[in-house]
Amino acid sequence: MIETYKNWYETRHEIAQDWKQSTGGKVLGYFCTYVPEEILYAANVLPVRVLGSHEPQNVTEPHIFAMFCPLCRDCLAQGLQGRFDYLDGIMISQSCLHMRQAFTSWDLHIPTEFSYYLPMPHHVQSERAVPFLRGELEKFQHEVEKWTDRKLTDDDLQRGIEIVNRDRELMKSVYMTRKRDDLPLSGLEAMYMVVSSQMTDKTEHARVTGDVLGMLETRSTGRKDTTRLMILGSENDDVEFVGMVEELGATIVQDDHCTGTRYFWDAVEQNGDPLTQIARRYVNRLPCPTKDWPQRRRVGRILEFAREWNAAGAIIIQQKFCDPHEIDIPAITKALQDEGLKVLFLELDVTVPVGQFKIRVEAFLEMLAEEDLF
Amino acid sequence: MAIAHEYRSEPLRLWGKAKELRLKYYEDYARAHERGGLRWAGGAWTLDALPLGLGEDVWGITSEPYAASIAFNKKFSLRCLEATEKAGFARDLCSYMRNYWGSVILDEYAFPEFSKQYPRPDFIFQDHICCSHAKWYQVVSDLEGGIPMFCVDVATGPAIEADGEGFRYVEMAPHAVNYLVGQCLDAIDWMQQVTGREYHDELLRRAIYDHMRSTSAWARICELQRTVPAPLDETTMYSLYVHGTLAKASRWCADFYEELLEEVQERVTRGIAAVPNEKVRVISDTQPPWGFLKVFRYLEQYGCVSIGSLYTFGLIGQWEIKADGCWGARSCPDGIEAIPAEREAMLAEYVKYEINTPEWQLFYHPRLKSAMMIKMARDWKLDGVMLHYNRGCEGLSVGIAENRLALQKAGFPVMTFEGNMGDEREFDEARVRARFDAFMETLGMKKLSA
Repeated sequence: MIETYKNWYETRHEIAQDWKQSTGGKVLGYFCTYVPEEILYAANVLPVRVLGSHEPQNVTEPHIFAMFCPLCRDCLAQGLQGRFDYLDGIMISQSCLHMRQAFTSWDLHIPTEFSYYLPMPHHVQSERAVPFLRGELEKFQHEVEKWTDRKLTDDDLQRGIEIVNRDRELMKSVYMTRKRDDLPLSGLEAMYMVVSSQMTDKTEHARVTGDVLGMLETRSTGRKDTTRLMILGSENDDVEFVGMVEELGATIVQDDHCTGTRYFWDAVEQNGDPLTQIARRYVNRLPCPTKDWPQRRRVGRILEFAREWNAAGAIIIQQKFCDPHEIDIPAITKALQDEGLKVLFLELDVTVPVGQFKIRVEAFLEMLAEEDLF
Repeated sequence: MAIAHEYRSEPLRLWGKAKELRLKYYEDYARAHERGGLRWAGGAWTLDALPLGLGEDVWGITSEPYAASIAFNKKFSLRCLEATEKAGFARDLCSYMRNYWGSVILDEYAFPEFSKQYPRPDFIFQDHICCSHAKWYQVVSDLEGGIPMFCVDVATGPAIEADGEGFRYVEMAPHAVNYLVGQCLDAIDWMQQVTGREYHDELLRRAIYDHMRSTSAWARICELQRTVPAPLDETTMYSLYVHGTLAKASRWCADFYEELLEEVQERVTRGIAAVPNEKVRVISDTQPPWGFLKVFRYLEQYGCVSIGSLYTFGLIGQWEIKADGCWGARSCPDGIEAIPAEREAMLAEYVKYEINTPEWQLFYHPRLKSAMMIKMARDWKLDGVMLHYNRGCEGLSVGIAENRLALQKAGFPVMTFEGNMGDEREFDEARVRARFDAFMETLGMKKLSA
């Protein structure tokens, strides 16, 4: 049953096209997890996250200057290579400059019916951010209504909120089981679960996740004496890397990624004006570093996760050239080390040098094991 | 080699004053405490009229020009960059930011004649539109043991819409105005709290007015660059636009730009050229490699004048579409009385004016920068465009590859050169000169004798 997530991840394009054919609905590709999926579900639009394929490519050089992150180039490459030709629309919610380039080049060169830039506020620690975002969500709702030729009611929005919230709650419950000593699922399985939720119909994803949650009550991976690690940093759906780490005997038990907790941890409260509540959720969610100022709220949450999930060490992994994460890393490293956690820093590219990384991860795990000796 | 001296040229009379004003700025900041005043730090893009409401003895230091000054001093810059890397920060981050952090980490001021040590600001007031803006000062605050910091997010969406080569200004939505004004009101309350000072709305009003005077006058100076021969060249413009990046909301800056405008107008009237052998005209787009400004002088050997850049025109200049369809300097209110006296209303005027800053538009979509540059290329009678693939600034390199394609499609020869505005280790001067040579050849130019 849990293998379903891997299957969805690997056949994401077929899944989306099947959905489109069977429902007659529209599919929208999005470039950042600040996109309010609730409004899209309210309009019966399927949002799918545009991610890369981790393969070398040679089509983005004329469009994106090479000092921008490999993820944005890998994402644009998918569009230029025609792998998302089934998309009816694209959108981005304002976050980092890197992903914005993938979006804008897509907008310029790959025509779709609908293209939208949502100015998500950066100053999320200001009380002024929620009213501003509410205004932007209202504009966005009107544009979606024009695109789908359908007026959205508050009931529609509530339904959209419920669909997305339900999946969030279930995934959070799955993550809670990872606190156990006898781990019921691996970090790789958890990653497949979250990333596949960004690519499939959430109603179906929640149905499977509900079943998985029941199964996890009695499941054991046999990873009782494993080295428990946390993983954090920029976008990471590098399943090959996570698989390699776990083959070495460690297990990823918690994360701070936009393909992990930052995506689903926080839910929309279901009382009052739906747009205000959606705005509140996106303003108050676990932040991307681009929005984590003036206070460093990520640090507190990361430490809390590390403590509660009993992590012995942390792997900080970032997309090469990802400035927002690069700026945060020294502060986060220090905070983790002050807490007594060892840290391994690695830099992701489109493809991962698994051999080199394996040696470094092995050395890291040996270092953690030495701590146990004394 | 052909000999070509077609135009008269002469130095700017205000050159000495420009240098004095810049140095005075760094001296005033360093000596603020000796005079019982306050020091604040923030970016050149910030809404710098706001701190001026705290009194006339409040001096700021803006980060980008300070970092550019460091970059110009290659030895000091290298020490700053290495200190930042030693502190754990990545080498591919914004090079302004890394130079600035290095100065803080080393506790050395780039102007040792005024202070040996980096003068610690009393508070930080910054904007945020680039991913690095607020994060930059979050680190400065950490490094300095917790300097109070307030940042205003100005990224409420584009102020222009472009359709191919054409573009038009769009009005800010009310919720966007409220977001910016609300943050400004909060910032004022916060400044009073952290400084213990009273806030003076009449000083804020004056600063907003001076801000409009500065940015309008600077745009008018840039407008005059349409003239053949160009009265100024790009290297000179860097030395003059800098005052706006230091203190565009100050009376001294506005007065200086109005005085400069008169002199540049007079140069136009008298046919005074920046480059006496002007044959072809180009522009660039973003920050130059500050340690290698001489590369722009190299172009003059071909009779090529770079008449400025979208960066100098559009960071400090404010523009509007005129009735005849030209892109011209945004009109400045006739007098301070035109600015509302009530705090919230004057802030609304201020943000609605400032949101139009051309450089802010670059962050949203490359088609906006392309449209502005194509407009410049046509209206300023250009023969080609140079694009700096600037490894030191992801904010202003966003979409640059698409700008290249759009400019070419519009029929303008484009030369790209890769470098770094503030890290000389990433600038290959010989290679850039070779690219300039090839570019001049494509424009049909040969080196001229002096």
